[in-house]
Amino acid sequence: MSVTAVIKKNSYFDSVSLMSISTKANGIDGVEQAFVAMATEMNKGVLKNLGLLTPELAEAGNGDLMIVVVPSGGGNADAIVPQIEELLTRRAPSGGAAEISYRTIAAAAHADAGANLAIIAVNGAYAGREARKALENGMSVMMFSDNVPVEEEIALKALAHEQGLLMMGPDCGTAIINNVALCFGNAVRPGPVGIVAASGTGSQEVSVRIHALGGGVSQLIGTGGRDLSAEVGGVMMIDGIRALAADPKTEAIVLVSKPPAPEVEKKVLAEIADAGKPVVVYFIGGSEEAVTAAGGHFAASSLDAALAAVRLTGSPSATALAVDAARIESVRARLSPEQTNIRGLFCGGTLCDESMYALLDDGEEVWSNIQKNPEFVLGAGNPSTGHTFLDFGDDEFTNGRPHPMIDPSLRLARLVEEAKDPSVAAIIMDFVLGFGAHEDPVGVTLPAITEAKKIAADAGRHLEIVAYVLGTDLDTPGLAAQTAALERAGVIVTSSSTETGEFARALVREGIKA
Amino acid sequence: MSMSKLFDSELNVINVGLAMFEEDIAAQGAKVRTLDWTPPGGGKPKVIAALDKLERPELAEKIGAANAEAADRIMSAKPMLVGFGRAIDVVPGMTATTILHAGPPITWERMSGPMKGAVTGALVFEGLAADLVEAEDVAASGKITFSPCHEHDCVGSMAGVTSASMYMHVVHNETHGNYAYTNLSEQMAKILRMGANDQSVIDRLVWMRDVLGPMLKEAMEIGGAIDLRLMLAQALHMGDEAHNRNVAGTVLLFQALAPALLQTSFGTEQKKEVFDFIASSDYFSGPTWMATAKAALDAAHGIEGSTIVTTMARNGVEFGIRVSGLPGNHWLTGPAQKVIGPMFAGYKPEDSGLDIGDSAITETYGFGGFAMAAAPAIVALVGGTVEDAVAYTHAMAEITTTENRNITIPSLGFQGLPTAIDVRKVLDTGILPVINTAIAHKDAGIGMIGAGITHPPVEAFEKAIIALADKLA
Repeated sequence: MSVTAVIKKNSYFDSVSLMSISTKANGIDGVEQAFVAMATEMNKGVLKNLGLLTPELAEAGNGDLMIVVVPSGGGNADAIVPQIEELLTRRAPSGGAAEISYRTIAAAAHADAGANLAIIAVNGAYAGREARKALENGMSVMMFSDNVPVEEEIALKALAHEQGLLMMGPDCGTAIINNVALCFGNAVRPGPVGIVAASGTGSQEVSVRIHALGGGVSQLIGTGGRDLSAEVGGVMMIDGIRALAADPKTEAIVLVSKPPAPEVEKKVLAEIADAGKPVVVYFIGGSEEAVTAAGGHFAASSLDAALAAVRLTGSPSATALAVDAARIESVRARLSPEQTNIRGLFCGGTLCDESMYALLDDGEEVWSNIQKNPEFVLGAGNPSTGHTFLDFGDDEFTNGRPHPMIDPSLRLARLVEEAKDPSVAAIIMDFVLGFGAHEDPVGVTLPAITEAKKIAADAGRHLEIVAYVLGTDLDTPGLAAQTAALERAGVIVTSSSTETGEFARALVREGIKA
Repeated sequence: MSMSKLFDSELNVINVGLAMFEEDIAAQGAKVRTLDWTPPGGGKPKVIAALDKLERPELAEKIGAANAEAADRIMSAKPMLVGFGRAIDVVPGMTATTILHAGPPITWERMSGPMKGAVTGALVFEGLAADLVEAEDVAASGKITFSPCHEHDCVGSMAGVTSASMYMHVVHNETHGNYAYTNLSEQMAKILRMGANDQSVIDRLVWMRDVLGPMLKEAMEIGGAIDLRLMLAQALHMGDEAHNRNVAGTVLLFQALAPALLQTSFGTEQKKEVFDFIASSDYFSGPTWMATAKAALDAAHGIEGSTIVTTMARNGVEFGIRVSGLPGNHWLTGPAQKVIGPMFAGYKPEDSGLDIGDSAITETYGFGGFAMAAAPAIVALVGGTVEDAVAYTHAMAEITTTENRNITIPSLGFQGLPTAIDVRKVLDTGILPVINTAIAHKDAGIGMIGAGITHPPVEAFEKAIIALADKLA
């Protein structure tokens, strides 16, 4: 057994540090046994018992440090001793304020009395409890989690109502509070329009359009998709309307939702009279008479909603671009007679809805995973047929994987698949920019777009790809750069979700091939 | 409506679950803090159901009041060292054939190596067996009464083995009137409490019985009572955490005892032996602080509705806790854990016995591992950085009820010790108490081989919350 002993004269280390260093030294590769200790009689006694006490070590005194190494397998200690010396010189980072982290909402709230909103994005089985803790600690809640039992949602909203707090969600992905976009939201100008929305991408679209029209947003309150169901009864939307009615910075209110339960719609519309400010109602497929009778401003589309809101808050002459008929004609001219179908591949549920309804309104048959008509429901695993519009953000596609705004892989694969179908005239896609979204949604899709176009071209077809980019010039990446990248790849870029639907409708109307 | 309050305030977000949201919110200039979140109760439905029951407003209010009372009793207890005496003379229920041990109840057959080593050594020391071999037979004979220290107002370091003629600290809680006891430090590594039991160990115990103990007893009769809480507070200001680091506490205790020791009837030679013995290890005052904590925590035990932990103790096989609102000797147990930390040269982690000893009474009170921020000199125990040590103390504040107004940590702006561990908070946060402790060799007869940190098993707390929910809800 070869023993290497190094004595550092007059070097004091405390015993706890040396125990720690010894333990680490024994973990160094090539060490059979290592011993780092002050040369006290007791420590020398231990070495003697181990048969490691060399004559030099026996001579060492109380104030001397001993480094003793037995290399494994008859190896050499020369490389090991410097590593042990390194352990001796390694200093623990000193003092400084340690970053304090908290495990619970109660502890964090206790530490910071200013905390006023909690974002809850944990497994739905635990989300309700966390939200309750937040409300009990006087905080409003944005609950991103889904799969929360409806009874829990009802109880939480009742508690929030009682306390005068916001209970946004469950399944609420978008909000803008005090000009800070939360979770999935866009950078929009502060301004006088307050939004209460049961639909995430729907409210993103309205806020972005308001911004594009020169308007601005005071608050965007998300309610969660189930708020306007008969069970929940629109508690959050009603509280949201009242909160915005009381908010001096809000001059007009926009309500956004998929079709509410009829009795809830009635209750919500009844709030308009007391709001004391104009209320624009965009309930997809909603009734104009009911809204008008309640004193609201009916909006037939997301663009309409934004236009109405901007016109009501200081820009009465705001206008949006009409669909470019010449562009439609030029697309039609390049398609072959077999190309009769449109395929929509969407990240945003409301964006998918809006384009799909544009065709449905014309009496077209549209297959979709979010079709209300059960005869036309298409499962995630089924191939497209006829006009097919898919919402990749729907549960069936997201099960076990991130939202397509973050992970585009499923949609990319589907894009290439659709390009192989000779019946396809155009593929419509949305690109959602903003907080929470993919850092370069267009960039990550361009290779698939190029491939899709090539597949069609190789088969002697022209394949049109139509894209809508939901975002603003303030988003990162910005709207202009993403649009330009698409246009360079030969993609037609529309100017709003509403125009996207109208573009699809115009293509289909009277037969794609004129 | 206070929603307008939200709209008029700076947005200040607590983010739970998805860290990615934090960056975006911070980039927009709002204040945001992401929790280090884990599912409550480890995600176990029975535990969450128990937590939910105890959170019902009317019950939560009752528990809150009971816990405030428990915390107040811990802090207002004034443990005084009033004397030393033989266990047979001072400890309630002690008999000549009783062996007290650390942790929750355990039979001889199930005892760990170090505890068996200590028991057989003690039987030889007491003359109940001629040698260690016979001692094993005696221990197994049924003639010896084994009982937890904690069930006799005592605590015992490591194996905690306490026999009739061992000298005990006598600590009187002046505020609440109760007493606590613990035996004397044996100082070096090869000692009974660590499982060593050869002749040198027995000889030291005999000297402690015949010289050290009687001299300390006489000194206390001469010098009078010593305020231990005050001394503990001073020791923490001097860099001790009073479980694994007792440098300052031992100096302070010796300073208080020395004049009276000099006045005792013993000869100079024996006085020098005692002084040398005290100087031979900083640990001399370690047991003293355990008895200090025990005296305070016993005063907080048995408060109806309280979810405060009053005992954490290990027998080398099981870790047991007791909770104020589950009165008497209602032990809630789980398996004893490994202790992770640096080891004496020549020993490896696989030589370690499992967590053992009543010394976790110090953490139950709020020092030891809970006061790591006070003792930066021993950060090597926790991985080496001062930040780690401070983080432990902050984490313990999350599972406790209040800060001890009497005992503070200068480097944290004189923040008080994290005091009164709440079973609910442990399960809600998933933060387990941190315990600084020594490592005994797993086999009988060897002794201490290292030191480090460990945690209780979560099972003990899960059983406690379910028992509390059953009792209170």
